[in-house]
Amino acid sequence: MPSDETPPAGNQPAPLSVFSTLARLAGVGVIILLVIAGFLYLGGWFNPHELTPARFVNGFQKVFGIHSGFRRNHAKGICVRGFFESNGNGTRLSKAVVFGVGRVPVIGRFSLGGGNPYASDDPEAIRGFGLLFRLRDGEQWRMAMINRPVFPFHTPRDFYDNLIASKPDPKTHKPDPKKMVAFMASHPEFAQAVKIFQSRPVSSGFDNSTFNGLNAFRFTNAAGVTTPVRWSMVPVDAFKPEGTAQSANLDKNYLFDDFITRIHNAPVQWRLILTVGQSGDRTDDATIPWPADREQVDAGRLTLDAVEAEAPGNCRDVNFDPLVLPVGIAPSDDPLLSARSAIYSKSFTRRAGEKKEPSAITPADVRK
Amino acid sequence: MSATMTTEPRQFPVSMRVLHWLMAAMVLTMLGIGVAMVASLSYYHRLISIHRPLGILILIFVVIRFVNRRFSTMPPFPATMSSQERFIAHASEMLLYALLFVQPLVGWGMLSAARYPIVLFGGLHLFPILPHSVMLYAALRKTHTALAYLLFAVFIAHFSAVLFHTVVLRDRLLSRMALGDGVGSKEY
Ligand code: HEM
Ligand code: HEM
Repeated sequence: MPSDETPPAGNQPAPLSVFSTLARLAGVGVIILLVIAGFLYLGGWFNPHELTPARFVNGFQKVFGIHSGFRRNHAKGICVRGFFESNGNGTRLSKAVVFGVGRVPVIGRFSLGGGNPYASDDPEAIRGFGLLFRLRDGEQWRMAMINRPVFPFHTPRDFYDNLIASKPDPKTHKPDPKKMVAFMASHPEFAQAVKIFQSRPVSSGFDNSTFNGLNAFRFTNAAGVTTPVRWSMVPVDAFKPEGTAQSANLDKNYLFDDFITRIHNAPVQWRLILTVGQSGDRTDDATIPWPADREQVDAGRLTLDAVEAEAPGNCRDVNFDPLVLPVGIAPSDDPLLSARSAIYSKSFTRRAGEKKEPSAITPADVRK
Repeated sequence: MSATMTTEPRQFPVSMRVLHWLMAAMVLTMLGIGVAMVASLSYYHRLISIHRPLGILILIFVVIRFVNRRFSTMPPFPATMSSQERFIAHASEMLLYALLFVQPLVGWGMLSAARYPIVLFGGLHLFPILPHSVMLYAALRKTHTALAYLLFAVFIAHFSAVLFHTVVLRDRLLSRMALGDGVGSKEY
């Protein structure tokens, strides 16, 4: 405090010198600037290299282009409906109402990985399955699974770096092999995952694919006991390997068309299998499979009996955010989970506001 | 001027002062959480799980606060404030009330339009207040960002004015809202 002030008489403060007034004004300015800077800092303005949801979604757009109204990843898809019948076995692990004996309606979406909504079906492409259980009193359980036994990336950053490295060269229309080799070399878990993918036979379609949640979750039962769990949807349809005739198929939507034919024939079913983790099993790394002898609980049967093209108000307009969870299921410490929730929200927000172009699979394709 | 000359209160009533500081803390926290969560991969989930219930708490508080204000006697503005300044101060306070009422409703409305379950905590969630429409969601989501920035700007204006009065004019404006009686803190 400047000393050039006489003590105030009554309520009126003594006038300030010019210097003191300026110093105080400057002080006020500094405080205001600090507050503004604090907020900019929280908003990540001083961290231009940190990976944010927006920057991740921009990465998908850089590699696949912007397809108005479509998901930035898993862009090509169709909608399905049906129900889940719980047998009650899951209540041992989680108090979530979905595991009580009974039947709940579901909607879902089958998709192919990648941001191109008009990509040709390819047996090697990642098959995705988003699912939403409508529980009592407006509660929901959402999930997004793929037909792979492990996820090839430990952190969001690994996924992003691989995505950018895989951007096709404008001349060759293929990713730069040197970049891919470099990525493999610096990410042994990715190389390991690719080896696992290549060693497994590919199934012939969506109906006989196993879909895995991959991320671990914390299940808490009525007694308050919490257990790490990973889950899978295991098809009731017998495994049939992808045929060579199929790969040579000229129909660029053959995976979806085959599924449409299959579901029109009869409902398609999966079993929800909960794999129970033990202490020491990694819950924070979806690239590491749990030992094969872990206990598996069959929690019930999923039946899909209707298929639709993407349209306003159906699965097209849903964000299959893996962190929309019922009471009794909570996220684990897997760094992918919060990142997925943030990035799906950003992708959803962008596509929600865009003009919707027709999907590759049209209502005419889905008719009987 | 001596305090005995007038019977008008020197300070806002205690209820208003307590509500003011409680809400100031909540709203600044909300703005901070809001900008941080949409820029963070690792903290997004934890932050948005606080953002929703805290935002709804602000909605409840702003209604209580507005009603409480209607039934309270307010201290007069200090003599150092011109009539224009008083008008601006009053208008900005009304704008703050309006923003604090509309912003949580927009948050609730946009999640309704996107058909997310609007979880507060545990199994407690809100019913949707708008029909399912992703276009509506997108528009409200933009509005939520715009209103947040407007709210921040109005807060900065309000904060600057109070600092200016308190530190430069030294007219004891802040003591009107102080949690104590504001007498001990003679000067800044
Ligand atoms: C950091 C890691 C990941 C990123 C950045 C990412 C990114 C994305 C994005 C941007 C979408 C589109 C969201 C939308 O607009 O609704 C999406 C959809 C999807 N993701 Fe991921 N993902 C990640 C991890 C995973 C994992 C681990 C799985 C499987 C276990 C998975 C399975 C799916 C599926 C099935 C869909 C399609 C869901 C639907 O039909 O809406 N993703 N992903
Ligand atoms: C006074 C109350 C509130 C304030 C000051 C506030 C502030 C904010 C801010 C600053 C953002 C980030 C905007 C951006 O940078 O794009 C945000 C986003 C958001 N807010 Fe609020 N908010 C409030 C109330 C609510 C309420 C009541 C809800 C829901 C019940 C809500 C839900 C959301 C959601 C879902 C997002 C976006 C998340 C995303 O895009 O992934 N907000 N809010």
